[in-house]
Amino acid sequence: MTESTGGIDMEDEASGTIKKFAFINRKAPYGTVYALEALEVVLISAAFDQDVSLVFADDGVYQLKKGQATKAVGMKNFSPTYRALEGYDIEKLYVEKESMEARGLTADDLVVDVEVLGAAELADLLEEQDVVLSF
Amino acid sequence: MQMLHIVNKSPLDRSTLDSALRMAKPGSTILLIEDGIYAVTKGNKAESAIREAMKTVSISALWPDLEARGMQDAVIDGVKQVDYSGFVDLVADSSSVMSWL
Amino acid sequence: MKFGILVNEGPYTHQASDTAYQFCKAALEKGHEIDRVFFYHDGVNNATKLTEPPQDDRNIVQRWSKLAEEHGVDLVVCVAAALRRGIVDDNLAAGFRISGLGQLVESGIRSDRLVTFGD
Repeated sequence: MTESTGGIDMEDEASGTIKKFAFINRKAPYGTVYALEALEVVLISAAFDQDVSLVFADDGVYQLKKGQATKAVGMKNFSPTYRALEGYDIEKLYVEKESMEARGLTADDLVVDVEVLGAAELADLLEEQDVVLSF
Repeated sequence: MQMLHIVNKSPLDRSTLDSALRMAKPGSTILLIEDGIYAVTKGNKAESAIREAMKTVSISALWPDLEARGMQDAVIDGVKQVDYSGFVDLVADSSSVMSWL
Repeated sequence: MKFGILVNEGPYTHQASDTAYQFCKAALEKGHEIDRVFFYHDGVNNATKLTEPPQDDRNIVQRWSKLAEEHGVDLVVCVAAALRRGIVDDNLAAGFRISGLGQLVESGIRSDRLVTFGD
């Protein structure tokens, strides 16, 4: 937990502070815009040199499914972007084990290498964060 | 200080409450708002899960949302009811806050 | 304490915008500071001055504008999300400004708590 930042000049504060940000993706892609727009926030956050973790739980796990082909629905396939995250120094990707199993998926089905964590381990990870954004 | 988890979905419509309960550590707080408040009402399918959770986490509900939906008299005993001011206090008193969208 | 607020849903369809507003109002009344309200996803629709609700309904857009006017709350609309949905400077209500997603991350960094309201 970062110390309260009240009272300090905001420019100095924003430039020097490194906080733990977790982005929790809980929704499937394409059916709604949340997965895509969450990814846009994640990419922007890289420019702020924060300690970023990305968590995929519940239907969010489907965002990482290999083999997405969106030509027929006429939407942009953004799943390759997850593979590009490493280039932005966003390397902490976690998938909740229970969610993955409930969807008949294994780590081999996913477009990127992730760390698979059980709910209890993820709970610990969440508890360590300063800012948690769920999409 | 521990996390505040906010849930705004009816437990019969979405699995959000289940997920929050799965990842809320003992000592943390779950606040039900908007359609989430149905979870803390007597006879709802989620009642047993809420009662079980109350052994380790604090359960609160936003009463303006309970009242708006006519559920103010059906709240499970032990659930704390807060107004918007109390909501602000819960956020301020937490280490961090997560909305389970 | 300093709060950052994220609103992810448009007005009227989802309660998120109402709850966010009530939260901001209560926080300000208690002497807290609202660092910024950031509007993302369909939340950008909170910023259009073309909104005309029936007279017996609340005016969600004007309510935000008033909060900005009376308390100096910074109302920021995500540019990418806004352009997707036809929100531009020409139809922006008073008190709102359009800017980048970085403003959300910045608010997360400098606020004590970032609270999200959405679907």
